Amino acid sequence: MRMELKELYKYRELLYMITYRDIKVRYKQSVMGFLWAILMPILIVMSGVIVRYAYSIVSHAPMKTGDIANVAIKSVPWAFVVASIRSTCYCLSGNRDLVVKIYFPKEIFPMAAVLACLFDFAIAFGALVIILILMKVGWSIYLLWAPVLIATTIILCLGIGMILSAVSLFFRDVKHIVEVLLTFGIFFTPVFYDVQMFGPRGKLLLLNPVAPLLEGLGACMAKHASPDIPWFIYSLTVGLVTLIGGFVLFKYLEPEFAETI
Amino acid sequence: MSDVALRMEQIYKKFRKGEVYNSLRDLVPAITGKMFRGELNASDKREFWALQDISFEVKRGESLGIIGHNGAGKSTALKILSRIMKPTKGRMIVNGRLSALIEVTAGFHPDLTGMENIFLHGTILGMSKREIQSKLDQIIAFSGIEEFINTPVKRYSSGMFARLGFAVAAHVDPEVLIVDEVLSVGDYVFQQRCLDRIREIIQNGTTVLFVSHNLKSVTEICERAMLLDHGRVIAIDKTDIVARKYLSLSAPLAPSEQSKPVYISKVRVRDCAGEQSTFESGEKAWVDVEVTAREAIEKLAVVIWFTDESQYIIFHTSTERLGYAPFSLQPGGTYRCTFELSLNIAHGTFHLVAEIHRYDIEKGYDRQEPAATIFIGSSIAVGGAVNCFPKLIESETAAPSTQCCEV
Repeated sequence: MRMELKELYKYRELLYMITYRDIKVRYKQSVMGFLWAILMPILIVMSGVIVRYAYSIVSHAPMKTGDIANVAIKSVPWAFVVASIRSTCYCLSGNRDLVVKIYFPKEIFPMAAVLACLFDFAIAFGALVIILILMKVGWSIYLLWAPVLIATTIILCLGIGMILSAVSLFFRDVKHIVEVLLTFGIFFTPVFYDVQMFGPRGKLLLLNPVAPLLEGLGACMAKHASPDIPWFIYSLTVGLVTLIGGFVLFKYLEPEFAETI
Repeated sequence: MSDVALRMEQIYKKFRKGEVYNSLRDLVPAITGKMFRGELNASDKREFWALQDISFEVKRGESLGIIGHNGAGKSTALKILSRIMKPTKGRMIVNGRLSALIEVTAGFHPDLTGMENIFLHGTILGMSKREIQSKLDQIIAFSGIEEFINTPVKRYSSGMFARLGFAVAAHVDPEVLIVDEVLSVGDYVFQQRCLDRIREIIQNGTTVLFVSHNLKSVTEICERAMLLDHGRVIAIDKTDIVARKYLSLSAPLAPSEQSKPVYISKVRVRDCAGEQSTFESGEKAWVDVEVTAREAIEKLAVVIWFTDESQYIIFHTSTERLGYAPFSLQPGGTYRCTFELSLNIAHGTFHLVAEIHRYDIEKGYDRQEPAATIFIGSSIAVGGAVNCFPKLIESETAAPSTQCCEV
């Protein structure tokens, strides 16, 4: 594996170029330009606010600013997770010519796909921070957790992306399955709701490795509290295992790509 | 570093024919079905070897041509050389940076401008950004599309597209370069420029592997060649020797269909000594054609013509055009004729086609295509299709007669 990593390092400029290409092409021809990056998060935040509003009516408890902030903080990274998983499914078949005709480490494609989504995420997150400041959400020392949690999310997305990009090349229907899972995934992930709303059984929801990360972000940014550290370690472990396993699987399948695609 | 640039050691490549399950929807029922029938471990016998026991070595600075018919394993060899595919068995060693002039526009993105694509494609081919920056002017000048360099390449004509692709690929400066039939891009002038560039690359000491079934360009570029047939190495030797072997390997005359009333039973190209497929430009050659009839048939003529490798007819004649009366045949009867030809053809590979033709009703009865393939060598450096046997009889340089205004 060391050799593979060395080669990947050698091709780091290519990773940059492909990411640049993906971002550039996405923004080049859209009238809305960078608004695209925040359109999706805005939609998710708005639906989250509606759901929260419904809760508050049912439970006769007035909706607090903190709730809205919490939903917004969790929606933006969720949009990133969805976008990067979706784009990794298409990254190899969308670059057919390059996969079939030119040699270079192909894991650059899923990595570039995730990085291009990260770029959108950065813009949306920047907008989010401004909104949070305007909402006077305030800050605390726990904010230092935010970059750690985001980095873990990226690791997890890269790992899932490696696996899905390779597997969806061999089984064409994987991307449809993933699409369905992503559509309904928001109901199984604490984006619009919080895990503690479910009482002790809510912990089961945290088995979804994205859940502790979103909950943690909500905790450290909106509630000014520390994330649940054991569950964070669980997510980090799953993320690292997925990334290493995904990389090994990707490298194992890579020689077959040109014959299969 | 050793003087070996590239070595293949007993490379084998196996492919699977037939159905491949490429969706879970197909795979899951197939596996469960097999499990119920208890044949899960029944191995798939539908496989074939695209390459078998390929071993060769190319020294630094050498140029090797790889020739062979369609399906001989050239493309597979190429894919293994460029590391896109892994061999099933065997080992390959490459010393130094390897680059392939295969699909020169594969890395382009239509929405990006020419300039952006130079950087994108350049990095894909393994150049660093700084390297591209330093060669940028050369690349743009070579492509000849300075005016449109900031236009998205989707608005380019296909020729401009290919030119820009070649321009980038030709400036990678690898230690080992693999060239596929990329020379068919662009117009004639650009093709010449590509060939010149490849020669220049060879002169700079780059090892070149040239994969082609165009014997002419292989002999022009490579000192040595390797002949592949059905996935095996038939010969590795000097290019002209291998080229001769390649031609002798050409498919034997297929027996014409039984249903035809008259058929060409034999075609032979020979020189004064006997059957031959290699000629020197300007030499004499004789073409024997034998026609056999199954039914009574009348007013026939034998037509022969030469085509070059792009199927362009360069020469055409027939018994009737040469002033011989049409012939008639009884069932079982044969007709023989011999054409004497002066091969004033330039260096290259040409195919002979023979046909039985009836002129008054414009009907062709039987055709052998190609009936033979010949390879013309030339001691005089000429290009094009014909050899006019040029001689330089005067050459002088004159000093300018009037003083030029100096700037």
